[in-house]
Amino acid sequence: MSLVNFTSREITCKIVYYGPGRSGKTTNLHYVYGRVPETRRGRMVSLATQTDRTLFFDFLPIDLGQISGFSTRFQLYTVPGQVYYNATRRLVLQGADGVVFVGDSQARQLDENIESLQNLQSNLLEHGVDVRTMPLVMQYNKQDLPPELILTPADLDDALNFRSVPSFPADALHGKGVFETLKGISELVLKKLAAGSPTV
Amino acid sequence: MTSALNPRFSFETFVVGAANRLAVTAGRTVAENPGSAYNPLFIYSGSGLGKTHVLMAIGHAAKTIAAQLNIEYLTLDEYVEAFHAAIAAGQGDAFRRRFQNVDVLLVDDVQFLTNRKEMQAELLRLTEALQQSGHQIVLASDRPPAEIADLDERLISRFSGGLVVDMGIPDYETRVAILRRKAEERGSKFQPGVLEAVAKVEYPNVRELMGALNRLVAFQAVNDTPMNAEAASKVLGIPTAASPTAASSTAVSSAAASSAAASPDEFSQFLTDVTVTVGKAVEAWRARVTEAVLRWEGEGYRTGRLEKLLEQETPAAVDEAIAAYVQDVERLKALEAEVAVLDPQAAGEKVFRDPDRMKAAEAAAAKVRDGAAPPPAPSAAFPFDSYVAGASNEVALSAARDVIAKPGKKYNPLVIAGKSGLGKTHLLNAIGLELAKKKNAIVACLSTQAFVDELIAAIDGNRVDWWRARYRRATALLLDDIHLLAGKERTQEELFNLFNQLVDADRQLIFTAPSHPNTLEGLEERIVSRLEGGLVAEIAEPDKELRRSVLERLLTQQRLPLEPALVDYLADRPVDSVRSLTGVVQRVVEAAAAQDAPVTAGLAREVLEGAPPPRRTAGLRTSGIVVSSAGGVRSREKMVWDWPGASDRVIEDLR
Repeated sequence: MSLVNFTSREITCKIVYYGPGRSGKTTNLHYVYGRVPETRRGRMVSLATQTDRTLFFDFLPIDLGQISGFSTRFQLYTVPGQVYYNATRRLVLQGADGVVFVGDSQARQLDENIESLQNLQSNLLEHGVDVRTMPLVMQYNKQDLPPELILTPADLDDALNFRSVPSFPADALHGKGVFETLKGISELVLKKLAAGSPTV
Repeated sequence: MTSALNPRFSFETFVVGAANRLAVTAGRTVAENPGSAYNPLFIYSGSGLGKTHVLMAIGHAAKTIAAQLNIEYLTLDEYVEAFHAAIAAGQGDAFRRRFQNVDVLLVDDVQFLTNRKEMQAELLRLTEALQQSGHQIVLASDRPPAEIADLDERLISRFSGGLVVDMGIPDYETRVAILRRKAEERGSKFQPGVLEAVAKVEYPNVRELMGALNRLVAFQAVNDTPMNAEAASKVLGIPTAASPTAASSTAVSSAAASSAAASPDEFSQFLTDVTVTVGKAVEAWRARVTEAVLRWEGEGYRTGRLEKLLEQETPAAVDEAIAAYVQDVERLKALEAEVAVLDPQAAGEKVFRDPDRMKAAEAAAAKVRDGAAPPPAPSAAFPFDSYVAGASNEVALSAARDVIAKPGKKYNPLVIAGKSGLGKTHLLNAIGLELAKKKNAIVACLSTQAFVDELIAAIDGNRVDWWRARYRRATALLLDDIHLLAGKERTQEELFNLFNQLVDADRQLIFTAPSHPNTLEGLEERIVSRLEGGLVAEIAEPDKELRRSVLERLLTQQRLPLEPALVDYLADRPVDSVRSLTGVVQRVVEAAAAQDAPVTAGLAREVLEGAPPPRRTAGLRTSGIVVSSAGGVRSREKMVWDWPGASDRVIEDLR
């Protein structure tokens, strides 16, 4: 996927929200959808089961308009968190410019978080992408739950964030930390342009 | 050659604050009463604080009040260029007349007078002329006159004699006023508080303040919603104090989560952030080019080539272009360093700061290298120990010894005065040879005529700079027959500058002249006064003892016996110079050789006084009439054999 097209002067960023089932990936997208002016957003595509679980993926295109002469678009995707949808996850990851790992802050979900993180790594490898080179941020969602149920961002950093990527505590349901996370991953993705030569 | 006044730079468009009020008031006064209020007016301030604006505003205001006024604005570099061009075209006088006829002369960037002695002299002359004729001169610099390195004291006092005012960094209120006016000029409207937030930053100059405003204008243009103060601060990277709205961008703290999250501005905020990031990242090549431009511009190099890249939409091979530019700059640095050793002044030439003129820079360096060829050296035919001492040249010789012992320290310049043939040239070269023996010595020793000829050739070949460089490197400059400078104005000008430079650097100067410098006609007063400033040592006509010493040396050189009668006879000959004495000896020696006879007093007398050679007359009776070799007919009986000396002759006449 071409991130920057100098000929058509377009920037397109594909950002994938990854994480275990029910960690709040789709909630993130819903919140963003609710905050983006209608003129700026496309139709949010969400294929969910009757029980509100993402069956295939969510897709939210956002048009940021002309920035520095470039028509800038963000495409936000989520993957289905359930273990048995790995083929879909791998498909969605293809061509991703950045990944937001949405972790569940509940202490009992720690193993799922770790498993999903390993799954992310292996799926990226399937695409020949080293996770170390992929722009990645961590979001520790559900920080609004009672403290006795959740791990603190510091604990979660210790457990999950061994690469010391930017991490954001969040309450996606109420929007706290959602845009901070999006901003964090956007910066990483866009800065990668400065480091490497622009692709065409 | 001079720049036109920029119509945008008038007093009306200049925002006056406490930091620049005095300069503006003085400028207005000068514009209203050119030549009579403050003359010269000297304005100084750091870069980007409005010097040029005020200079041009004075020009506009003066023109508005009196349209017939002849007003010129130019930078010092332009002035220098114009001067060089005029000199090269032999139009030096026309150049001076042109500027002396300007009613209001506005000269910018006067700080570049550093290390330009001749321009300083020229500007001093011009300032004096303008003041005398009641014309106004206004100068601008980035520092006060006294802090301009190497500036002639006379210029400092001249500049300080008018009014010297500075312009400081504008205060907050002035900054707000500037921003409002400029935003209005650009047709941009900002929410209340935006410009005030920007003005809170103490930018070191107005130019950077304008840069900040430009960024805001640009960012606002790409956003649909008007920018608020916080967003503006963020765009400009200004840290803001924590405020209720700012809290929304901090990490979650569960308590205040919902209220902060409900901020309707979240998307705009995000958009601003992304815009900034994209600005930095997508256009990373622009950032790299701009960075290079700023860096090299800061170091004084021309960056036109890089700026052209910025004008393109998507230039190819940006990094290669930057690398090539840097390579050229490195080469320029190397050339400049090389040139600086040979000719410090040439190293300051613009061409060594313009990577787009590499060929010109290489050529300029080559020229300096050519110029580095040593100037004409003293002649080895005049060794010091062959110079005969006597009472008549005692002073000159003693001074010569002192000069050799302490070149540049004791008698500088040393002028050896005396009639032709007294050994001035010999002594000059002899001193030169001794000086040349010193470590790292570069002794320029030549006739004034050769000096003049060299300059003419240099002007003709457009190589005056290297010609100067050649002599500026000399540790000693020895010019024979300085009176030949008479009427050569340009050479006198060059010598004047060279003289000052060399004396300042304690380099020895020695000249010869036929008489005391103050009797020489056709030399400018400033040259004469400098010649008199050291020691004028006169060489008198050779006394008998000196003549005897010279004879003994000459005869020894010719490997002839030192017959006392011969030496006595020749030493008594009435000669007025060593050169004549040498001629006399030469005649005798040649005659002896022709006759294959020994050199004796008798032969000498016969040769010099017209006696026929003994052999030719032997055994022959004659009428007593002889035909001299010169073709004249002389009678031996009527010849006076022994002429008295010159002084005795006068007494004889009186009797």
